[in-house]
This record gives sequence, structure tokens and C-alpha cells, in this order.
Amino acid sequence: MAEHEIDEHSGVATTGHEWDGIKELNNPLPRWWVWTFYACVAFSVVWWVLMPTWPGISGYTKGVLGYTQRATVAKEMAALNESRSASMQQLDNVNTIADVENNPELLQYTMAAGASLFGDNCATCHGSGGQGGPGYPNLNDDDWIWGGTFADIKQTITYGIRSGHPEARFNTMQAYGRDGVLSEDQIGDLVEYVLALSGEQADPAAVERAAVTFEQVCAACHGADGKGNHLLGSPNLTDAIWLYGGERATIYATLKNGRAGVMPTWAGRLTSDQITALAVYVHSLGGGE
Amino acid sequence: MSEATVKSRTEAQMSGGDVEKHDVAPVNSAAKRQLYKARVQIYPKLVHGFYRHLKWIVLAITLGVYYLLPWIRWPRGVGEPSQAVLVDFPGRRFYFFFIEIWPDELYYVTGLLIIAALGLFLATSLFGRVWCGYTCPQTVWTDLYIAVERLVEGDRNKRLKLAKDPWTASKISKKVTKHALWLIIAAATGGAWVFYFHDAPTIFPQIFLGEAPLSAYLFIGILTLTTYTFAGSMREQICTYMCPWPRIQAALVDAETLQVTYKTDRGEPRGPHKKGESWDGRGDCIDCNACVAACPMGIDIRDGAQLECINCALCIDACDDIMKKVGRPSRLIGYDTDKNIARRAAGEKPKVQLFRSRTVLYAVVLALVTGLMTWSLLTRATMEVNVIRDRTPPFVVLSDGSIRNGYTIKIVNKATEARDLILEVSGAPDLTVSAIGEAFEGAKATITAAPDGVRSLRIFVTTAPNRSLHATFPLTVTLRDPVTGETADSPTTFLTERR
Repeated sequence: MAEHEIDEHSGVATTGHEWDGIKELNNPLPRWWVWTFYACVAFSVVWWVLMPTWPGISGYTKGVLGYTQRATVAKEMAALNESRSASMQQLDNVNTIADVENNPELLQYTMAAGASLFGDNCATCHGSGGQGGPGYPNLNDDDWIWGGTFADIKQTITYGIRSGHPEARFNTMQAYGRDGVLSEDQIGDLVEYVLALSGEQADPAAVERAAVTFEQVCAACHGADGKGNHLLGSPNLTDAIWLYGGERATIYATLKNGRAGVMPTWAGRLTSDQITALAVYVHSLGGGE
Repeated sequence: MSEATVKSRTEAQMSGGDVEKHDVAPVNSAAKRQLYKARVQIYPKLVHGFYRHLKWIVLAITLGVYYLLPWIRWPRGVGEPSQAVLVDFPGRRFYFFFIEIWPDELYYVTGLLIIAALGLFLATSLFGRVWCGYTCPQTVWTDLYIAVERLVEGDRNKRLKLAKDPWTASKISKKVTKHALWLIIAAATGGAWVFYFHDAPTIFPQIFLGEAPLSAYLFIGILTLTTYTFAGSMREQICTYMCPWPRIQAALVDAETLQVTYKTDRGEPRGPHKKGESWDGRGDCIDCNACVAACPMGIDIRDGAQLECINCALCIDACDDIMKKVGRPSRLIGYDTDKNIARRAAGEKPKVQLFRSRTVLYAVVLALVTGLMTWSLLTRATMEVNVIRDRTPPFVVLSDGSIRNGYTIKIVNKATEARDLILEVSGAPDLTVSAIGEAFEGAKATITAAPDGVRSLRIFVTTAPNRSLHATFPLTVTLRDPVTGETADSPTTFLTERR
């Protein structure tokens, strides 16, 4: 290679590259850059030794520090639970809703904990605001199938409904049509009867015809007046709230095919304190009794 | 590299007469300005005089305010910080004596910045770069650092000599002493900064015990480093290369602005002057370079107004000293205007024109903004109510057919004492309101708001069970202080199902 010219101004040799009269000087890399580079090389070697680095066929080099992200998360979770334990333990002594409501600080903590737990565990079915949907009860209203006291709610959360847990709440809304217990005509008349119970427009003749059937078949659980029973988990048929919907077709489907909604048991999945927090939260949504 | 190696073979030559001509070059003058130039060290010479005194006083006041302000106590009551000036990030408050600013009132800080900017505009259009010359932290700390340097290493000539000297034990000890003192000042500067963000008497021992928060050490470190480098080694380069203000203020000064000026009409033609020679036919400037030797920016004021000049006025003192020695009137360099030079050259009487359209405009806008901000500060609300509607669900049908809406109410009490406030919801007849832990009578309740805080309250508003009423309607939440009569309200909406 030919000898490169020396730049007159700086006294530095050029690389021989020239663009539109602008020549590139052959300056060495800045010293700080070179030393930073060497430091990075040295650092990387230390890193290989200390930290998990190289992938292998069936694993990776573990590094002498034995660092893993999973262990870090587990540690952080343990530390988080530890930091919460003092507040959460206060819930051990909560037996009535008044125990919480009369203690503003505990109420605030419980509500925050309950809201967080609700979002993680309950919102999937009951909605982010507990607003429910067809087949999933709205937890904001004042209509409760299995009871809306603090103790009732706590029991429902703990054991679930038709969850398979021995203590689970359980009842049967039979498939009256499909099982052949009631005829199509009887079901049709009962639909009108149920509508009339909650003050909706209904065929008076059908209502009259269904009265006897209701008393014989339905009143056992729903009561002669149709107001239901928390102990049996039978819904109140006279109010403005429908779990599955108040249209004729939906009521017909309920009578024809029965209903058997399931709520899982949370015993064993959540701690007793967490369930207490959830019960307080649900109670506070507006309908607690 | 340094001026010393080039220029100080003989620092002081006699310029004839009894005034030494300083062997000094204005290293940063525009004529010598070039890109990719290494910095040339400047060794400003100590001067004595009116402006040097003034600058010592300003230095003492500004540094005194900076270091001592966080230590002033201002009792505010139980649970409130008792520090007069405090930026409380965890508590989200800014305290300034009797003023307490909430985060939503940050516009007061914006207003303060606008006032400061307008004040700067006004001062600059009247008196040039007074901010740069006297009060800018860069100038004040650099001045302090040069004073320390002078204390340890001596004045200009001694420092020049020391720079050339080999590394003897004496030189090393001087350099170590100087840098140690600089670092102590720098650490004290960084340390004082964090006192504005924490309770000063609490965090002061914590800093030394290693108990202060990491952020405190971080900021002490950053400000120690910046103070040490900016005032120790970078100095005039900060003003010339890093600061935008010199560029902006060129637009703020005009021919009637009082600036540090070399009066060319009186000084030129310059030249050495022997004692006893006639002053006829020549200017008063004897070209002794005293003004250049005193300049911390490394320029020659006789080149006229220039970007590098911070108007520190030290050349005025330097020149006055010489004028006294040679028996000529003082203030050959002084605060003067470009117009006055032209006026004197034309044989007119010089005058100071403080009232100009520019200065009047700045003053009027400054007064307006200051008045507006003061008025809004004095009349600001001490309470607020904000309403957040429940979105899921937007409404709830109750078993009797009535409709219920949920709202989260934020009650803001900016007073320093707890207040019983009357909360009322209005918008439709027969509304009932309920909230956990509060007793509502119909749609009205008395709510206790804790001092200096926000209270969150979730309320349920229910209509009467009359289906014909069902329609969305506007709702108002009103908060009233029965003692002061102050009210605050917030509009919202009551939603119902469409039928």
C-alpha cells in the first residue's frame, strides 16, 4: 500500500479515504474508549463465572452465585407476604362486618386487599366490578340467593356452590320439562305465573291455571309466595332481579332444562384471612345485609 | 498549552511611567476563537474596588441563603413539617413559609418561573447581564473557588509560577489543600441541596451515619461532582459553551442598556504613557492590560460587548485603580450604553434612558403576572370535591326495582385543621344516599375531613322505586363548610337502564 499523505493541519496521517475532498484522518481510538472496551471484556469474563451464561444442549452453566430469576421472584413474594402478614393477621379476629366497619384503618386495608383479590380470583365470572352476567350473580345488588350477611358470603366463598366440597352449598333446580315431570302446557303456564309474581305483564288465564302446579311443585323451595329461601338457596321470584334473565324464553329454558350454576370452593386456595377480606369487599359493594 | 508557558517569561514589564503592563492575552477573545481548541487556563488577578466589594456581599448573601434557608423553622402544627422551605415529595407538598402548594397547584410554580423570567428580562434590558455577573450560581461558586485558589496558591503571578514549577512537596501540598477545600465546598453544596427535600435536622446526622435514603446520597454525589468540576475546572466554559442564556439575552439588550463598557470615545487612541507626558491627542487607555488580567472569562473588554463577557464588572475596578494611579478620571470602563458613546462622540450630553418601550413592556407584564399570581394565591380554594362515577357496573337494579349508582367522592381539605363539612347530593327528588360509616339524612350528611389531606368516600345514591322516573339525569355533589360558608361542587350523572 502506498504511503498515506500527512494532513497538514493536524499532522496526522490520512487513511486514504476521500469523499468530495474531505479526507479521513487515521487517528487512534480514544484512550477512554479502549479502556472501557477492555474493562467490558474483563467484566464479561467475571460475569461468565458468576452468573448463568452459556446455553448447552440440555441446560446452561449455572454460575457460582447460583442466581435464578425464579428464586428472586419467590424471595420477593415471600418478603411481600411477610410485610403484609401483620395487617392480614388483624383479619383473624373479624367475626362480624361491624368489626371492620368500625375501624377505618382496617376497613381501608381490607377493602384494598379485597379489591385486589377480587380482581385476581372473582372477576373472571362476576366481572371486574362484581356486576355479574347471565348465570353469574350481580354482587352489587341487594338480592341474595344464599344470603347476604357477612357470614353467609364468607361461607359461600369458602365452600362454593355445587363445587364438590363436602360443605358446599347445594340444591337442585330440576329439568322439569326434559325429565318429563311437567308437560309443555304446564311449563308455559308457569312462565306466565312467574312473570306475574314479579309484576310483569302476563296472561291472566295461564296464571290461574298454573297456580296449583306452582303450589305443588315450586312452592316447596321458592315458597308459596315465591319469595325464595336463603337457607335452601332458592331465588326470590317476586323481585326485579333475574339471574338468568327475565324474558319468557329464558324462564321457559330454566323450567325445561333446570339450572345448576357452579361456584368453586376457595378453601385451600385462599387463606382464611384472604376470604375474610373478600367477604368484606363483596359485602361493601352495596347489597350486604 | 497554558497561557503560562507561552506568555509569562516576564510577567510584568514596565510600560514606561509607573504602571506595569501585564503580560496577559485575552485567550478567549473573538479574534482567537477557533473550533477544536484546547482550553487555556485563566489566572484572574485580584482587584479591589466598589464592584469587588459588591460581589463579595452578593456572594455572601446568595450562598448564605442557599446554605441556611433549609434550617429556618416554621411551626405548622401537629403532623405537619416545621421546616420553612421544604419540597416534600413523599407527602406531595411544597412548603414555603406560610404557603403550602399541592401537586394540583403546580401552576403557582409555573407562575413563579414566569415571574422570574420576566424579572430577568427586565433586569437584563436595563442593566445587561447582571444575573450572569453577580447572582448566577456558576459565577458565585466560581468566584468562591477562585478565592480559595488565591488563598492557597496566591494571586495571579504566584499561580502562574506555581503552574510552571516542578512537582515539589510544597506544590503538591498546595494542590492537595486546594482540591480538598474545593471538595469540602462541593460536598457542602450537594449536602445543602438535599436539606430542601428532607427535614434538615433529621437528615443531617443520617447522612453521616449512612442512614439517609439512597436518593440523598445520589444527589449529594451529583451536585458535589458538578460543583467541583463546574467551578473548579470548567468555569468560563460553562458560560461560553453550555449556557443558552448568553445567546438569549443578546435579544434583550439594546443600545440604551447599561452594560460594562469600555468607553472608546475616551480611551482611544490607546498606548503606553510615560509619567509627565501630555495627555493631549491621545486616549486615557494606557494599554496596561489590567482589565484583561482581572477578567475571569479571558477576554478583553476593550473589544466591545461580546458573548463571553458576563458583565462581572471586575475590569471596572481594575481600570479605576490604574486611572487613579495615572491621575485620570475613573470609569474609563464602567456601566454605560452604546448610545452614550455615540452621543459623546457627537458632542452631546450622555444620559441614562431607563424608561423605554421595551423596559416598560417588561415591567407592565411583570406587574400583571405578579398581581395575577398573588391574587389567585390569596383567593385560592381551601377545599374541593371531586366525583368519580362507578363504571362497572354503571348502575345496579335493586330487588324493589329502584336504581342505585355508586360514586367515589374525593374530599380535599387544604386547611391545616380538621373540618366538619356538609355533603349533599342533589338532582332528583327522594334520593337516598348511603356510605359505610357515615350517617346520611336523605341525601345529606356531615363528613369530617382530616387536615391537609384528601378523603375518599364511596357513596351509593338510590332513586325511589318508581319505574316511570327512570331516566338518566344530572347529579350535583356539593360540599359546604358551615363555619366559613365556603362551598365546592362537582357535577356528575346518574345513569339508569334504558327501557
